[in-house]
Amino acid sequence: MLKMIVCMKQVPMVTELPWDTGTGSLKRDLAEGMMNPACKHALEAALRLKAEHDGHITAITMGPPMAEEVLREAIAMGADRCLMLSDRKMAGADTLVTSYTLARAIEIFCPDFDLILCGCHTSDSETAQVGPQLAEELDIPVIAYAEHVQLGDGSITIRRVSDNFLETLEMDMPGLITLTTHNYVPRYTPLAGLQDAFDEPNILIVSADDLGLDEAMTGIQGSPTRILDVFSPTAEKKNIVLTGAPKKIVEELFERFDDRIGSVIRKDLKVDRQSHG
Amino acid sequence: MAEKTRSIWVFGDYRNYFQNRVTLQLLSRATDLAQKIDAEVCAVVFGHEVDEWVGEYIAHGAKKVFVTDHPMLKSYSTDLYVALMERLALTYDPEIILVGATSFGREFAPRVSKRLKTGLTADCVGLDMNEEGLLVQTAPAFGGNVLARIVTPGRRPQMATVRPGTFQEIPHNYEAAGEIVRVPLPANLPRDRVRLISSERQPPREQKIEDAAVVVCGGRGMGSRKKFRNLYDLARILGGEVGATRPVVYSKWAEEEALVGQADKHIQPKVLLSFGISGAIQHTAGITNADFIIAVNKNPNAAMMKMADVAIVADANQVCTAFIRELKRRIRS
Repeated sequence: MLKMIVCMKQVPMVTELPWDTGTGSLKRDLAEGMMNPACKHALEAALRLKAEHDGHITAITMGPPMAEEVLREAIAMGADRCLMLSDRKMAGADTLVTSYTLARAIEIFCPDFDLILCGCHTSDSETAQVGPQLAEELDIPVIAYAEHVQLGDGSITIRRVSDNFLETLEMDMPGLITLTTHNYVPRYTPLAGLQDAFDEPNILIVSADDLGLDEAMTGIQGSPTRILDVFSPTAEKKNIVLTGAPKKIVEELFERFDDRIGSVIRKDLKVDRQSHG
Repeated sequence: MAEKTRSIWVFGDYRNYFQNRVTLQLLSRATDLAQKIDAEVCAVVFGHEVDEWVGEYIAHGAKKVFVTDHPMLKSYSTDLYVALMERLALTYDPEIILVGATSFGREFAPRVSKRLKTGLTADCVGLDMNEEGLLVQTAPAFGGNVLARIVTPGRRPQMATVRPGTFQEIPHNYEAAGEIVRVPLPANLPRDRVRLISSERQPPREQKIEDAAVVVCGGRGMGSRKKFRNLYDLARILGGEVGATRPVVYSKWAEEEALVGQADKHIQPKVLLSFGISGAIQHTAGITNADFIIAVNKNPNAAMMKMADVAIVADANQVCTAFIRELKRRIRS
């Protein structure tokens, strides 16, 4: 029996986001949620491994109560059971603390896992850090950005593209992989499955006390990073307006932005070239 | 006892040296930051037969390079490199560690930060020091629609991965002097739990507009199908791709593949040149990840002009022609 864990996150569906300007964090209760796309691909990969190898899937999420929706969806897709880590004490966790919290839950509720699958990054905070940090916390190996997964005997073979290299890697199990959205297109979720998921969801709600979390390593208080402020880059744009004859405008544009354009196209656009070194 | 020298470290990610200059870009930025907190810029290099890179890093601003050179480190290994970085950091106590946000850097840095029990900010597009001497890390979220400024007040080192192309490298100086600290491979290094079975350089993919660093987008304001062709000349000189709005495609001035917009291609160029586009939401929803936008339109109040970094009030085709001429002149000079 291949015991798998899929970590997933609920992310806001909208792009116009309600921000709490005081704390710099997102008012998640005001935004409609969905399962993060890469997490869904990770679940799909797990479901295909389950179909081939007699597997068992535990889906885990951490978030506010409404995040339970993604676990119901996971059950509808074929996950066997779910853990919902939800507690005000966990709120505001950065990636270091999130991975600590997930690791404690895994150690308590599914210590004999073979493989953990995560999405390679989330569409909201986009850090791509929780997967590797969770592996570190559990002292297991990690392969990020996996595109193809094949199970061997006590090991797993992964294909991926890493910095312009096509790599095939073999990893000891237990281990952790993060999946891109290139392959494993998620299956259609049947309505019947959703109905079951809503009738008797196999979801265990877990609090900070259930996990015996160290308060110094929990939630916003335990997080080493602090958000100073959040702003929209479009609002920060200077919006320089140039008017006049096209030739003059273009000359002025290059006078002011030759570095910016030159660095992108990798050409020296300065008219008076200075010799270097 | 003299006060210990503070240091800013840059991880030497040399695997794609010629395509990816992020390590050099970080050395450049680290040099600026180091002046503000009176620190020393160091590079850290793991691998086998890496002296070439050590020399490059000194030429690009590293005052000291820590090197562990061993056949076991020939290919990048997260398990081994993390263990080496942890030991080095615990020994020398750097103030800041910067890692390029390459595929490897994104797998490596989170594990290092976990080992060192410190904060890590992902994929930064800005780094600065504030008046308290803290590293202010600007990181994007929600597809770049939002930027957050993040600090790590209470733990050290302060760690960040940085998006390639964010900073400009400083010109090399092969006269520059730097200290090389050779760190032997520790005896009790952990076993690598991941084995590289095969690795081959990916054949260069045909450039897709979604990945292009420069995109030249055109709308009906270009005037005619013939004039629209000028945009292809401009894109060719810039090494970029041409994008188009829906009306242009309907008028058959451009192929459907070029469609950029909400329901079409989403682009994320470093530079977007927008010619004769008014900026309907159906189009602009596809360009929210563009870093730097230059828009040309006769109408200064067009939505596209309001969201541009530089808004040029003029005829789109005339500016396009002038742009091509000026670009050719400057590339030749």
